[in-house]
Amino acid sequence: MGEKVLMKGNEALAEAAIQAGCRYFFGYPITPQNEIPEYMSRRLPEVGGVYLQAESEVASINMVFGGAGTGERVMTSSSSPGISLMSEGISYIAGAELPCVIMNIVRGGPGLGGILPAQSDYFQATRGGGHGDYRLLVLAPSTLQEAVDLTMEAFDLAEIYRNPVMILGDGFMGQMMEAVEFKPAPERKLPDKRDRAVGYRARRGKRALVKSLYLDPAALEAHNMKLKAKYDLMADRETRHESYLVDDAEYVVAAYGTTARIARSAVRLLRDEGIAAGMVRPITVFPFPYAPFQNLGSQVKEVLAVEMSCGQMIDDVRIGVAGKVPVSFFGRVGGVAPTVDEIAEAVRRLRKS
Amino acid sequence: MKEVRIFERPRSMADVTTHYCPGCTHGIAHRLVAEVIDELGIQETTVGVAPVGCAVFIYNYIDTDMYEAAHGRGPAVATACKRIRPDLTVFTYQGDGDLASIGLAEVAHAANRGENITVIFINNAIYGMTGGQMAPTTLLGQKATTCPLGREAKVNGYPMRVAEMLATLAAPGYIARVSVAKPKFILEAKKAVRKAFETQIAGKGFSLVEILSTCPTNWGMLPVEATDWLVEKMIPFYPLGEFKVPE
Ligand SMILES: Cc1ncc(C[n+]2csc(CCOP(=O)(O)OP(=O)(O)O)c2C)c(N)n1
Ligand code: SF4
Ligand SMILES: [Mg+2]
Repeated sequence: MGEKVLMKGNEALAEAAIQAGCRYFFGYPITPQNEIPEYMSRRLPEVGGVYLQAESEVASINMVFGGAGTGERVMTSSSSPGISLMSEGISYIAGAELPCVIMNIVRGGPGLGGILPAQSDYFQATRGGGHGDYRLLVLAPSTLQEAVDLTMEAFDLAEIYRNPVMILGDGFMGQMMEAVEFKPAPERKLPDKRDRAVGYRARRGKRALVKSLYLDPAALEAHNMKLKAKYDLMADRETRHESYLVDDAEYVVAAYGTTARIARSAVRLLRDEGIAAGMVRPITVFPFPYAPFQNLGSQVKEVLAVEMSCGQMIDDVRIGVAGKVPVSFFGRVGGVAPTVDEIAEAVRRLRKS
Repeated sequence: MKEVRIFERPRSMADVTTHYCPGCTHGIAHRLVAEVIDELGIQETTVGVAPVGCAVFIYNYIDTDMYEAAHGRGPAVATACKRIRPDLTVFTYQGDGDLASIGLAEVAHAANRGENITVIFINNAIYGMTGGQMAPTTLLGQKATTCPLGREAKVNGYPMRVAEMLATLAAPGYIARVSVAKPKFILEAKKAVRKAFETQIAGKGFSLVEILSTCPTNWGMLPVEATDWLVEKMIPFYPLGEFKVPE
């Protein structure tokens, strides 16, 4: 620890999970995240863990359900079509309040789509995807170092809130090489893993029941309200964002993940030209950082949401901005990333209009 | 004369009334599982996986740690639990819609990997919980709410013989088909359930007991008619016996 190592994104994510104490991985191959299971299949046996290639993403996520029920740190990784297939299981995991980490290295859709990076699964990640009133805690790193840091924290967060945590990445992040450092996550008080896990009946003197069925409407309503209170608590305590040159900005770009990395360069370019540009970068996309948009200064003229989608996060940006200034959109899709120049030009256009 | 107790509720069976219809044999199957858990002394270290089907509330009756899995996914849930905690005894309890239809991939691959788990498979030739729709195991000519004129091979294919199918795989340790429709079958069924759990405890791989079971409610029969129908119609198509035994 403490030293930087050059790693491919997917492998860095996998190593971070292992360093965070994850010992059990269940997954099914899909591009562009295959290096995660491949790395896990090599490394987990070395550290006394289990790697298991499931027969499908449906099975993977239900293995995660079964694994999480033992109280151990378990994860899966996939990409868009695989996450769709996991949606039912994710809903059951959220309903049964089990901790786990799901890495989603998003690719272009819909359908089989393509294998190149995209951000077109923002709705799926932040609005569910599966059925029922549940939310994931969704972390959207922008650099490999941040992806590693957030992964180191993700398992703690999952255990504290007894909720699935999703690392929302994209193919760029998965495939790029960068020097990263594995630093332990900030210390947090964690619940005892045996509290509700199966396999500790003798010690606990009480059996464990891992379930999500509440046939009595009053009981199901109470369960839903309990989940809602948990999501509200996440919003209070875990919402994260980065504000970059926003204090005096007239034009604020809203972007997350890889797009934010590109947008940062665009903001710098615009500043060099004398244009007061800035950026708000959500780091958690659920809970979404509405406050930095609510609190934008009166000098702000317009907000530009930039995404590798046809416009999904922009809905949250609009909720935050609440009509105070116009919100416009620039996006590239299908595996095409916006360039620095394209984003800068989109901001310049705002000034002219 | 001193009183001798010759029959009592298994320790692993909760002292409650089940929600099963009169004449339903789910309850007998539960009892056999509970008796075997008692006999093997594994109540504290056993984890069950409930299906989605009439037996979803098995956790109200069998008093062990339990998961409630999504429809058909029990074997995947059990796989992970057992891989992480090989010291526990892990079983799933699944209906024929759960196991042979929506969850066929999960059970087949768990069997093929030789997961060291036990599957109790209740074949009642119908979807009980949802009100009597056709199952993959529904017999030709048998009426169901979604084949009101009776199952027809050219429309719905043939009933599926799960035990035989899984017995073609190399990895499973023990596969048997039994019935609980008449007292004489119940003793055999109990032996098979016990062998299945023993196979797991001995580390000899995947075990499955298919239990031919009644659903008088959705078969539209009285309880006794249902047991007769099972013997006359189901057993000839679904022969009882052991299809795979541990070496
Ligand atoms: C994904 C999904 N699809 C459908 C259902 C509805 N459903 C509940 S139980 C069931 C069939 C149960 O039949 P079986 O497994 O044979 O069990 P039985 O009630 O006969 O014991 C179905 C289709 C569901 N709960 N989940
Ligand atoms: S519907 Fe059928 S399977 Fe379900 S409890 Fe009633 S008799 Fe048993
Ligand atoms: Mg059935």
